[in-house]
Amino acid sequence: MEGVDRLFERMVNEHKDRVFATSLAMTGNRHDAEEVAQDTFFRAYRALGTYSPERIRDLKERAWLHRIAVNVVRNRVRGVKPSLVELNGSESDHSPGPEAQAMERMQLDELATRVAELPVRYREAVVLHHVRDLSYAEVAEALGQPVGTVKANVHRGLKLLRGDNDDRLDD
Amino acid sequence: MIDLTTDLKRLGAVKAPPGFAERVLAQVGMADSYARFETVLGDVYVAWNRLGVSAAARSASAAEFEEWFGKDVGRPLQAASPPADLGKKIQDELNGKRRMRFDLRGLTPFEQAVLRKTRQIPRGEVRPYGWVAREIGRPAAVRAVGSALAHNPIPYFIPCHRVVRTDGQIGNYGGGGPEAKKAILTLEGVRLNRLQEMAKAGYRYQGVRTTKIFCYPTCYTGRHALEKNIVWLHDEATARAAGFRPCKVCRPAVVA
Repeated sequence: MEGVDRLFERMVNEHKDRVFATSLAMTGNRHDAEEVAQDTFFRAYRALGTYSPERIRDLKERAWLHRIAVNVVRNRVRGVKPSLVELNGSESDHSPGPEAQAMERMQLDELATRVAELPVRYREAVVLHHVRDLSYAEVAEALGQPVGTVKANVHRGLKLLRGDNDDRLDD
Repeated sequence: MIDLTTDLKRLGAVKAPPGFAERVLAQVGMADSYARFETVLGDVYVAWNRLGVSAAARSASAAEFEEWFGKDVGRPLQAASPPADLGKKIQDELNGKRRMRFDLRGLTPFEQAVLRKTRQIPRGEVRPYGWVAREIGRPAAVRAVGSALAHNPIPYFIPCHRVVRTDGQIGNYGGGGPEAKKAILTLEGVRLNRLQEMAKAGYRYQGVRTTKIFCYPTCYTGRHALEKNIVWLHDEATARAAGFRPCKVCRPAVVA
């Protein structure tokens, strides 16, 4: 058990920013993002306890954690639209940085909110490919979808984000 | 939005908020949280995690507590607001109700056994070190029991102050020295002067003539006997010779 604890502690420190950023893009506000990110690690910890040493050794940590995060979001928002109330995002922590930093943060939170408003299938694809910088093949693997589907979803998602609604498919 | 994909990349570089890793580790029991509580013993810092209470100390400041915790327990620690029922549990525990769960993971099996056994000593009573040793099946390990209790990470709640020397000396105390030990025992209703006088005169047990049972002097079952019915006894052999049997509650000797 000691070994799993060490491994988990390192995993948290190494991947916390990535998992949080993904969660932020998926949920659109920092409060929900923290919940999703925490839940992701919690599930990861419980899963590690049941894995054999070989399985742990062969684990592709990044892809694995993101797959869990995607599932956490899927389970959470099933039937619930992301809240539109917090358009300006974030209240969980008002670290009073320089003004430029605050501006940047606001813009990013706003973008995150807009991403979070995308239909789930576009959102997952856009977040993993553009925010998370995974290749199409990696995204396809993480989502369990064919590469062509992923490409199409990324493309349509970006189009929606650009405010170009012309060929929006009904969802 | 001039370049959407660049902005999306910047979104990917967002950092997790401060304290996030500690909160995650705390959730799986790998980091502990702590807060200060006002109790009958004064201010006590108490640390806890998912498994239960993990440490307690009457430190002078939060910084002092954090430093001690780092050395003694060694897990990450963060100040936090306590779960709703912890304050009540702390009060109850100090009033003699056993409601707390503990996290003793960092200790050896022997140390854990000593602390678990010690926790069974009721409020208002004391037992010798040798009793703990015998009860956990290691009758020769009396000194080891002493050092296990000296390193008790959760004093007050795991009542190591209720373990005393048979010669009537109060014995050392990690939770603030012999004086603190006396003060806490007195607060709990132990008649220390009487106990110490008897111990110095070489008496270890008290028997009750009417029931023919002998007990440790603070045992609850013997406490309500009339003074005229109480006999003081030097040791087990004398007691048995006089027709007394050991009490089944405080177990001053192996019950035949």
